[in-house]
Amino acid sequence: MKSLAELAAIRDKMKDKVVLREGMTGTRVVVGMATCGISAGARPVLNTFVEEVSKENLTDSVTVTQTGCIGICQYEPVVEVFEPGKEKVTYVKMTPDKVKRVVAEHLKNGRVVSEYTIGNAQ
Amino acid sequence: MIRSHVLICGGTGCTSSGSAGLVTALEEELQAKGLQDEIKIVKTGCFGLCALGPVMIIYPEGTFYSRVTVGDIPEIVEEHLLKGRIVDRLVYNDAADEAANVTSLNDTAFYKKQHRVALRNCGVINPEIIDEYIAVDGYQALGKCLTEYSREDVIQILKDSGLRGRGGGGFPTATKWQFAYNSPSDQKYVVCNADEGDPGAFMDRSVLEGDPHAVLEAMAIAGYVIGANQGYIYVRAEYPIAVKRLQIAITQAREYGLLGKDIFGTGFDFDIDIRLGAGAFVCGEETALLTSIEGHRGEPRVRPPFPAVKGLFGQPTIINNVETYANIPQIILKGADWFASMGTEKSKGTKVFALGGKIVNTGLVEIPMGTTLREIVYEIGGGIPGGKKFKAAQTGGPSGGCIPASLIDTPVDYDSLIAIGSMMGSGGLIVMDEDNCMVDIAKFFLEFTVDESCGKCTPCRVGTRRMLEILEKITDGRGEDGDIEKLEELAKTIKATSLCGLGQTAPNPVLSTLRYFRDEYEAHIYEKRCPAGHCKKLARFTIDPAACKGCSACARKCPAGAISGEIKSPFTIDQNKCIKCGACIETCKFNAISKK
Repeated sequence: MKSLAELAAIRDKMKDKVVLREGMTGTRVVVGMATCGISAGARPVLNTFVEEVSKENLTDSVTVTQTGCIGICQYEPVVEVFEPGKEKVTYVKMTPDKVKRVVAEHLKNGRVVSEYTIGNAQ
Repeated sequence: MIRSHVLICGGTGCTSSGSAGLVTALEEELQAKGLQDEIKIVKTGCFGLCALGPVMIIYPEGTFYSRVTVGDIPEIVEEHLLKGRIVDRLVYNDAADEAANVTSLNDTAFYKKQHRVALRNCGVINPEIIDEYIAVDGYQALGKCLTEYSREDVIQILKDSGLRGRGGGGFPTATKWQFAYNSPSDQKYVVCNADEGDPGAFMDRSVLEGDPHAVLEAMAIAGYVIGANQGYIYVRAEYPIAVKRLQIAITQAREYGLLGKDIFGTGFDFDIDIRLGAGAFVCGEETALLTSIEGHRGEPRVRPPFPAVKGLFGQPTIINNVETYANIPQIILKGADWFASMGTEKSKGTKVFALGGKIVNTGLVEIPMGTTLREIVYEIGGGIPGGKKFKAAQTGGPSGGCIPASLIDTPVDYDSLIAIGSMMGSGGLIVMDEDNCMVDIAKFFLEFTVDESCGKCTPCRVGTRRMLEILEKITDGRGEDGDIEKLEELAKTIKATSLCGLGQTAPNPVLSTLRYFRDEYEAHIYEKRCPAGHCKKLARFTIDPAACKGCSACARKCPAGAISGEIKSPFTIDQNKCIKCGACIETCKFNAISKK
């Protein structure tokens, strides 16, 4: 390494990989991962969220985590989005493709994808 | 894509309670469940709560699991990592907050009052991967110094920050660097004192194990400032994990060109080598340490000249403690004002303490200077186990002194501790409760210094031995009038005439216990009684005639035949025959026997 620029490049590359350890900050995306959720396909949903959030450079402001049964098993995979100071948004019957839209529209641009929310499903 | 990090402590404490086995078991379980590409295992340095080891933190939730065993791993993987359900029974239950199971580490009373500067990366990064250190702004401070700051600028920043040596003396770091900078020479050296020897202190070990690059970076900065191109880390051979991680760190830093020739293309060369100490306490004294690096027997020499003028191989040398170095990159990056905003007027920043003795949360804590002893013991430390009363705390190890319960609200900083007859020392803090005999504590530390005296000068070699003999006499019940005065006279002479810090401070534990607990010495000498009931030879076992049923169980158990009496009437103990073994107390079903 011969320059500060190279050092900065390593830092930027690695920063995403340790930011997880700063704990939960900002928006929280919670994927229901009980038996019902997993059998309905929550694993790929969770993994897509992690990938997309990283791809869109949102790791500083968004934490993806899992939780147990949310209680509405017929709507699994269920994903809840908690933003500080806002009402929680519950997305239901999620798929990896739907996740990509939620990340692009909701998490990145602040527009709730209302057609996937529980209000629309009922 | 990684969605969760499992941090497992790989410090010495948790390694000895089996954390290496956890890593293997977790790796296997993740493979079996097909989670190996989603969950990352990170072996870190010390988290500080050593008493609860092995400890594990799972991010992003920040869930803190304590006393994890290999048998718990399948449940953690199945429940927490797969299904996101926290395994409640393993969550560290905060003693100070029993109402709720606190799941996040940062919410516990143990961590809330802490402020981590020197320990900021311990338990956060994997110390064996340089990229992780770089990710948390590692080596940025070195880059900044080499490219933006002049050598004088760096000294000025340190001066403004108010940083003082963390090894015990509390000498202003900037002044030390200024002296070495001013001394003209073609060859200068930077030395790191990692010969941590105080009984009970282990913060330097934890920094080296958890964040070795911070020390390397600060040493390179020191080299730039004074014009040295060679550094030495003098570390005890008894710290194998620390030595191994230092070796890995040095190798990685060399590969990246952060040590070696022409660092950052600025023409600055700096390299570091490790020297292993063989465990002599005196080698923590700076001149003895330098003598030892030179290949001679570790004996101190007269100062002045100080090492900054004439140190290693007769050349100007900076010698700082591990914790001092660990603070420096942060000061450069965040500024002198940030550092000076913490602590008290004359003691800036934070200090790491190793809590030990009669305290619930044995472990490592870092607190702003000026935090009171009460906050450390009761809030962070979780108080005294078994509902016992706080009697005193010993700071500064064998060179320091005790702080009695009446002074528990003393702010902990360099000057306040000196004022009450103790000292900061390297940061060992041993808590004592009502069962500890203060004469015995003084004897313990003196035994240590007698053992560790290098023998070069007479006051330390012979004087401490004579003091120990008097203390042994007192605790054996052979103390006589005039012993206390003899101790005081010897202490005064040893302090005034010893060659180095070891001898000059050796009488401190005796002087400070005499200052605050003179009555205990007097009780031993004049009443032949140990108020704490600790000194075996002074203990008196007696049978309460009101409670004794005359069952003769104790008399049958007594190996010395010291108990006699008639069945169904109270028994008595013959004090001349009693060997104070305590077997009778354990035997009595009616709690009729007591020890005083």
